[in-house]
Amino acid sequence: MNFLGYRRPDGKVGTRNYVGIISTVVCANEVAKGIADKVSGAVAFTHQQGCCQTAPDLTRVTETLCGLGCNPNLAAVLLIGLGCEGTEMPAVQEAVAASGKPVRTLFIQELGGAAKTTAEGVLIAQEMAIQASQIKPQKCGSADIVLGLKCGSSDTTSGLSANPALGVVVERLVAEDAVAIMGEVTEFIGAEHILAAQAKDEATGQKILDLVERMESRAKAVGVDMRGGQPTPGNIAGGLTTIEEKSLGAIAKVGSAVVQEVYEYGRTPRVKGLVVMDSPGREPEILTGLAAAGCNVIAFTTGRGAPQGFPFVPVIKITGNEKTWNHLRDHMDLSVHQVMDGRESLGQAGTRIYEAIETVASGTGTKAEISGYVQAMDIYVTGPVI
Amino acid sequence: MERTAIAIKEQDNVATAIKDIPAGQEALVGVGEQTLTVPVSQDIAYGHKFALRAIAKGEAVFKYNCIIGRATCDIEPGQHAHVHNMESLRGRGDLD
Repeated sequence: MNFLGYRRPDGKVGTRNYVGIISTVVCANEVAKGIADKVSGAVAFTHQQGCCQTAPDLTRVTETLCGLGCNPNLAAVLLIGLGCEGTEMPAVQEAVAASGKPVRTLFIQELGGAAKTTAEGVLIAQEMAIQASQIKPQKCGSADIVLGLKCGSSDTTSGLSANPALGVVVERLVAEDAVAIMGEVTEFIGAEHILAAQAKDEATGQKILDLVERMESRAKAVGVDMRGGQPTPGNIAGGLTTIEEKSLGAIAKVGSAVVQEVYEYGRTPRVKGLVVMDSPGREPEILTGLAAAGCNVIAFTTGRGAPQGFPFVPVIKITGNEKTWNHLRDHMDLSVHQVMDGRESLGQAGTRIYEAIETVASGTGTKAEISGYVQAMDIYVTGPVI
Repeated sequence: MERTAIAIKEQDNVATAIKDIPAGQEALVGVGEQTLTVPVSQDIAYGHKFALRAIAKGEAVFKYNCIIGRATCDIEPGQHAHVHNMESLRGRGDLD
């Protein structure tokens, strides 16, 4: 793979070159959005967390924000706090600074309100955007790709065409020294034995089984059948009957690639190849987790047609459902439905997906980016709001 | 003849429709290189499953040669297999 990317001071490569305006607590979202709206080249990350939560969740929020700030698709970062948040702001600032990119922090209470903070933030972000615009893209290769994997609004075509075609791509990319990150642990349930057998060793396989047990226990603790939540009503309408069936189709998107390591949510992989990251399947949380883990591009397969994108990581939509391709053209980037009736092999479909990743990594806009459908973001927390 | 359904593994006892198959029509089910003929007794929508063989109540339902759930009542060959006659074995907080 050859693409033009933005090499950052820490050696990582961005496929985009944005200034990130990151809200560090739910209470600062308005200001972060207000600044991003007024600066070309800036995007806001907003979420619903960062205050009145238990310590493990606040740590999760802080670590996720560190990861987002360090994502190589951001050239510079402006952090917006209210001034009384539970998030550990200095830790986020330090983590982003350590990656070598410009970072500033503003607090709304300290600056005298939203209007003043927005005005100050716009001026800072303008300067950052001018600096970022001077960074020239360079030739990069497969080893610079950190590919996030996601399937959403799945139906039975997902497991028969789009996911196994993406699996071919993952096998090829990891052989070319890329990183691929798979989450959606809920959608391992019923298929975890297969995925664990693909782990590099027994201990790594056991970590996968442990993640699944933790996720399933959490769902079962509610005391109901989780069907309706997983699989979703949309999955069921599309023909998926049980979580086991959905999972067996979902794991096809890594093909037979070896799982090298297992990570907690949003953590940056320290190894090359395919890794598993703890995450639920819902779009805002997993897209944010993949971005925090450092993904510079995300391949998202869908059966019924999921429109979601993310503010600063391009999300490529791949469907295997011919009806969805014809019906939802403004959301789908490519279709591999030809696999369903044998008009195309999985290898051929995989080559088309591979090429789509290559061109998007070089800057070609995805449907989600072009249409502005890029607001699927939130941080995955597991404790109560208190 | 063009296939209208796929069974992923020969051990599977359900197939997935890749066309809308009206009740009374014979589904042409691709299983690897082979094509089976199975008359469907109900309308089977694109992406939905039907039984290839009789599946007794409580019996495991196989797709990908893996268990995807169990039958909650007897399912005849050609009948739609879905949430009305199949249940999951996992994530069942209601059973513990």
